[in-house]
Amino acid sequence: MRSRHRIAALVATASIAFAACSGGGGSSPATSAAPSAAAPSAAAPSGSSAAAAPVTVDWWHITTGNPGKADFQAIADAYTAAHPNVTIKITVLENEAFKTKLSTTAAADYPDLFQSWGGGIMADQADAGLLKDITADIAGWKDTINPGALGIYAYNGKQYGVPWDMGMIGFWYNKALFQQAGITEPPKTWDEYLAAVQKLKGAGIEPLAIAGKDKWPSMHLWTYLVLRTGGGDALSQMIKTGNWNTDACTKAGDQVLKLNALNPYQAGYKAATYNNEAAAVGNGKAAMELMGQWAPSVQMDQSAGKKGLGDKLGWFAFPTVAGGAGAAADGVGGGNGIAVGVNAPPEAIDFLKFFNSVENQTKLNTDNVGLSTTVGTENAVKDPNLQAVLAGRGNAKFMQLYLDQATKGALSQAFNDATIALFLGQSTPAEVCQALTDAAAK
Amino acid sequence: MTAISRATRRRPGPRTRTRWLTIALFVLPALVLYAIFVLLPIVQAMQYSLYKWNGLTPLTDFVGLENYVTAVNSRSFTISVGNNLLILFLSLFIQIPFSLALAALLNRRFPGRAMFRVLFFLPYVLSEAVTGIVFSLLLQPDSVLDSTLTNAGLESFVQDWLGDSTLVMITLFVIITWKYFGFHMIIMLAGLQGIPRELEEAAFIDGADRRTAFRYVTLPLLGPTIRVSIFLSMIGALQLFDLVWVMTGGGPVNASSTMAIAMFKAGFRSHEFGYGSALAVILFLFCLVVALLYQRFVLRRDTEGAVTAYGG
Repeated sequence: MRSRHRIAALVATASIAFAACSGGGGSSPATSAAPSAAAPSAAAPSGSSAAAAPVTVDWWHITTGNPGKADFQAIADAYTAAHPNVTIKITVLENEAFKTKLSTTAAADYPDLFQSWGGGIMADQADAGLLKDITADIAGWKDTINPGALGIYAYNGKQYGVPWDMGMIGFWYNKALFQQAGITEPPKTWDEYLAAVQKLKGAGIEPLAIAGKDKWPSMHLWTYLVLRTGGGDALSQMIKTGNWNTDACTKAGDQVLKLNALNPYQAGYKAATYNNEAAAVGNGKAAMELMGQWAPSVQMDQSAGKKGLGDKLGWFAFPTVAGGAGAAADGVGGGNGIAVGVNAPPEAIDFLKFFNSVENQTKLNTDNVGLSTTVGTENAVKDPNLQAVLAGRGNAKFMQLYLDQATKGALSQAFNDATIALFLGQSTPAEVCQALTDAAAK
Repeated sequence: MTAISRATRRRPGPRTRTRWLTIALFVLPALVLYAIFVLLPIVQAMQYSLYKWNGLTPLTDFVGLENYVTAVNSRSFTISVGNNLLILFLSLFIQIPFSLALAALLNRRFPGRAMFRVLFFLPYVLSEAVTGIVFSLLLQPDSVLDSTLTNAGLESFVQDWLGDSTLVMITLFVIITWKYFGFHMIIMLAGLQGIPRELEEAAFIDGADRRTAFRYVTLPLLGPTIRVSIFLSMIGALQLFDLVWVMTGGGPVNASSTMAIAMFKAGFRSHEFGYGSALAVILFLFCLVVALLYQRFVLRRDTEGAVTAYGG
């Protein structure tokens, strides 16, 4: 008897659970249908002739921290308030979780809008037919976006996404430590830079922090040396042809060896993570790191007492290399954008336009969520260092996206693996260029 | 005698049949899961390994065994295999004897014995990721270990524990041993407790000293346990991933890479899923061959014993 009761109870519980599940699953169309019933009456007075059929826009982003997360939600809420037939379903994911989830999502389930960094991964997605060509859709408002940044989200002449944040990599340095070492002005040339490293070393200060385990911070240093030595056209050519056995590549490697010879890196750099690197600078132990616009916040987060360097932190652009073909203003940079999935409804692209409006982007700039790419938002950036980054971005005639993002697959990984071997003294410059050429041929 | 057994064998009673039906019914879900989540992926990996594939596009670029040739010729992969074998041999010759010695010690009666058993077993409870993060913090420059050494006047012993290419595998091995010696110790302790004390006492009466008794009485009887412990240790060494990934990511450069790390990097970092699958198949074959050979030649007596016990 007892067991029969138990089974009955189990069946009852199961059926309730099923009912609850199906109710939950069905509720999203139901709730989106409810406003749609009211929508015609709401939309009709505003003069919109389009039949306001209910639409759900699926948006995945990785801005897990506030104020960014709340700002994104507020922008979505403002849009749905003006367009009652549209429901924006936001899924907030942590960076790595996002990449994993997206790589295991089938085309039919692809989100309408999602985080993108442009470049190689986006090109792969486009080749696999997972993205929507929005070139024509944004033609009316693409001039409101910084053209260099917009180009990162184009592939084979077609636009697949829109940026909202773009910065430039440069040296973040500790002004107090520079002063202590007797360096009055940030170095303008690579020779001056090496001299500054020597001075810091002489004053008992660790000149430069890199991350041997995470690899990518020093890859940017190598990229800049290639860019300054060979120039933007030569670098673009290397990426395009996959031939890295070039003069610029080996010469840049030679400059790294010159730097290595000064033993300039922080204690434990070979096994250091990026967080270790940021902590070394944030705690005032190492004098410099070469990093993007996010550096101050990570330094603050990783430093003891979460204070960072405050006013002592300064920024200077990567120095020029004597005899190099690259312009002093050229940069290496990257940022965040939103790519458009293949199934996206027109409302998703309309929302993208709204998201990139001066008003919304000014708010993101004010909150330090990013460095907006919308023209006319520059004045909202108040921090002097970020203003310097923004000026750098504005001056750059040529902007190279981070090499490991600009390229695909094996080559992308090889940039990290090959260049770190150079910095750790385990490869020659020629071996690096050969390894990259091999990886590009895969 | 034979007639009876033949008769019972020829006509399985209705009870036997229902028993088989019950067994089949209960085993079926597990078998289905095993087929879907173990056998199928293995076959799929073998298929993928014959293609050049980035994981997104359809499987079209058939390259035959090229991925395997690349793997054998790849310096980073041969370093990885070497590291796996290094950990395997160090485990066999240092970790297992150490665990055995501790087990023998903790099998004696002395105050605080239970506490020591728990303490030594404790590291095994931690996940590899947690262990990795904790040791990364301890081994950072100027962190706990280095400052302790400095304060003890042993400044010259301070090393770049995870950054030195020649030292990193030894550092990792010490941490692996720290994490797993307690596990092997408990297994052997259980084995030791299954050996009747009378046998050792009889040896003492016959004039054996402690050492001889351990060598000729206890150790042979502990054989099956030790062989299982070695087996687990070998498979663990071949599959080593979590701890190394968290602590060094296989670096500096490739100095601490393992087969599993090379596989992960090829697949999920370089998006060479074909090549990554080839590495996975190689790793699988490595484990399979080691496991089969070991079972065939070393565990033979033990499994035979088990089968006899079951049949009898």
